[in-house]
Amino acid sequence: MQDFLNGFMLLSNFLIVPATAYGSQLAMGALGVTLVYGILRFSNFAHGDTMAFGTMVVILVTALFQKMGLSIEPLPTALLAIPFGIAATTVMVLLSDRLVYRHQRKVRAAPVVFLISSIGLMFVLNGLVRFIIGTGDQRFGDGERFIIRFGEFKELTGLDEGIAFKTSQGLTIVTAIIVVAALFWFLERTRAGKSMRAYSDNEDLALLSGISPERVVMITWIISAALATIAGTLYGLDKGFKPFTYFQLLLPIFAAAIVGGLGNPLGAIAGGFVIAFSEVTVTYAYKKLLTYWLPESWAPEGLVQLLSTDYKFAVSFVILVLVLLFRPTGIFAGKSV
Amino acid sequence: MSFLIGESMTGGYGGADILNGCTIAVERGEIAVIVGPNGAGKSTAMKALFGMLSLREGAVKLDGHDITKLSPQDRVAQGMGFVPQTHNVFTSMSVEENLEMGAFLRTDDFKGTMEQVYALFPILKQKRKQPAGQLSGGQRQQVAVGRALMTQPKVLMLDEPTAGVSPIVMDELFDRIIEIARTGIAILMVEQNARQALNIADKGYVLVQGGNRFTDTGEALMANPEVRRTFLGGK
Repeated sequence: MQDFLNGFMLLSNFLIVPATAYGSQLAMGALGVTLVYGILRFSNFAHGDTMAFGTMVVILVTALFQKMGLSIEPLPTALLAIPFGIAATTVMVLLSDRLVYRHQRKVRAAPVVFLISSIGLMFVLNGLVRFIIGTGDQRFGDGERFIIRFGEFKELTGLDEGIAFKTSQGLTIVTAIIVVAALFWFLERTRAGKSMRAYSDNEDLALLSGISPERVVMITWIISAALATIAGTLYGLDKGFKPFTYFQLLLPIFAAAIVGGLGNPLGAIAGGFVIAFSEVTVTYAYKKLLTYWLPESWAPEGLVQLLSTDYKFAVSFVILVLVLLFRPTGIFAGKSV
Repeated sequence: MSFLIGESMTGGYGGADILNGCTIAVERGEIAVIVGPNGAGKSTAMKALFGMLSLREGAVKLDGHDITKLSPQDRVAQGMGFVPQTHNVFTSMSVEENLEMGAFLRTDDFKGTMEQVYALFPILKQKRKQPAGQLSGGQRQQVAVGRALMTQPKVLMLDEPTAGVSPIVMDELFDRIIEIARTGIAILMVEQNARQALNIADKGYVLVQGGNRFTDTGEALMANPEVRRTFLGGK
C-alpha cells in the first residue's frame, strides 16, 4: 500500500499536475486559434507570437509595478499587469486586422491567402518582440512560489514521495476554468456571443439576419487577444518567457485545436489536454515509478523513457498526422482542414 | 402601385443576362407565386428583388420607395424577409436561438413575435431547445420561415419552401403560408410544385427565359389550356 501511494504521488508530481497545467495553457491557446478559424476561416499562424507579444507587455508592466512597489502578495504581480497586456494586444491585433486582413476580406481572398498573411505577421511580431525584450529567458514570477511544498507534503503524509504544487500551476488551472466558463457563458448566453456562433455556422444567413460581419470579426479578435495574453502569461509564469519557445508553442496549440476539431471551442479544450498528457506521458521516465509498483526483482535497469524530452514536439506531430489521416474533423467533428 | 414591385428587371451574375425585362409585383396580404421551367430565372428574379444581384436595368420599389440600390441587409431593415432555398437555418443552434438571430436587428422586445411564430408552428415550441440541424426537413423549413418572420417583415419571400419535403408536409406548409398572408404580409414565392402553389396563389407569374410569359390570377393560370399543357404537365 505504502509503495502504491508513493508511486501515485510520484506520478502526480511529475505527470498529472504538470500535464494538467500545461494542458490548460494549451487549451486557452487553442481556443484562440479555433475561434479565429471558426469566424475568419483561416489558421492564424501569428497566434503563438501574439501570445509572446501579450506576455512581453505583461512582463514590462510587471517590472514597472515592481518598481512602484505595487504587489498583491502572495500572488504574482503579473496578474495585475494582465489587463494592460490584454489592452495592448487587442490594439495590436485590431491594428493588424485593419492593415492586413480587412483588405483580404474585402477582396474575398482564399483562406490560404489569409494563412500566408498571418505567417508574414508572425515574422513581424517575432522580430518586434525580440527587438523590444530580447531573445533571452525572462523570469517574472514573484510572490509565493508554492501552494504545497514537496517537503511539507512528505512530512504531512509520512510518505517517501511528495507533491510540489507550484502557485503558477494552481493559478493556471483556476484561471483556465474561470476563462473557459466565462467564454462559454459569453458564447451561449449573450447576444454578441450568439451572433458569433451564428456567423460561424452560416455566414450568408447571418448576413440576412442583419448580423454585421465586421463587428463579429472585431469581437473575435478581442477575445483571441485576451486568450493569447492570458495563456502566454500563465505559461511564462510556469516555465519562463522566451520568444522562441512561444513560437514553438504554435505546433502543440495547432495540434490541440485540430485534434479537438477546428472551430469547436469544446474540442480545443479537450485537444489541449490530449496533447499535453500525451507529450508528458511519452517523455516521462518511468523507472522510479516501476520500482515502486513492480516486485523488486522486476525493477527496470533503464530509464523506461519512451522518448527524450528533446523530441516532445514529435508527439504533437504524430498525433496531428494520425488525426488528419483518420479523422480530419477531429474528436468533436469541427470543420475538416 | 404594388406594395413590392420589380419593374422590367434585366441583369445576371455578370456575363449573359438571366433576367430579360421581367416584372414581378406583390400586394400586401396576397400570395404571388413564380413558376416556370428549370433555368427560367425564377430564383434569380427573387434574388434580384432582394438585392442579391445588381440589376443592369429596371428598378425595385417597396411601398413606393426605390430600393434598387439597397443591400440585402438594408432591405431586411426596410421590412423584407427572405427564406433561402438551402442552408436556411443555423444547424448548430437551437430552434429558439435561430428565432433570436432572426430578430437580431430588433431592439424592442420580440417575445411576442416569438410566441406568434410558436402559435403558427406549434411543433417548434416543443423542440425549441433542440439544435435545428437535428430536425426533419419540414420542421427545418418551419424554423427557416419562423426566423424570417421574427423581424415582422411586410414582405416575405420564400425560395422553394417545399423543396424536398413530403406532400403532406407541403400541404401543411402551404396552409401556414396562407395564414401568414392573412395577417397582411405580402408573400412571394418560387415553387417547383407549380399546381399546388398556383392553387393558393392570388397571382401567378410564369417565367420563361427571364421574361414574363403569362401573368394572371392563380386560378386563371390553372384554367389556361396553354399554361396547363406547357407548364403543368396535364390536360
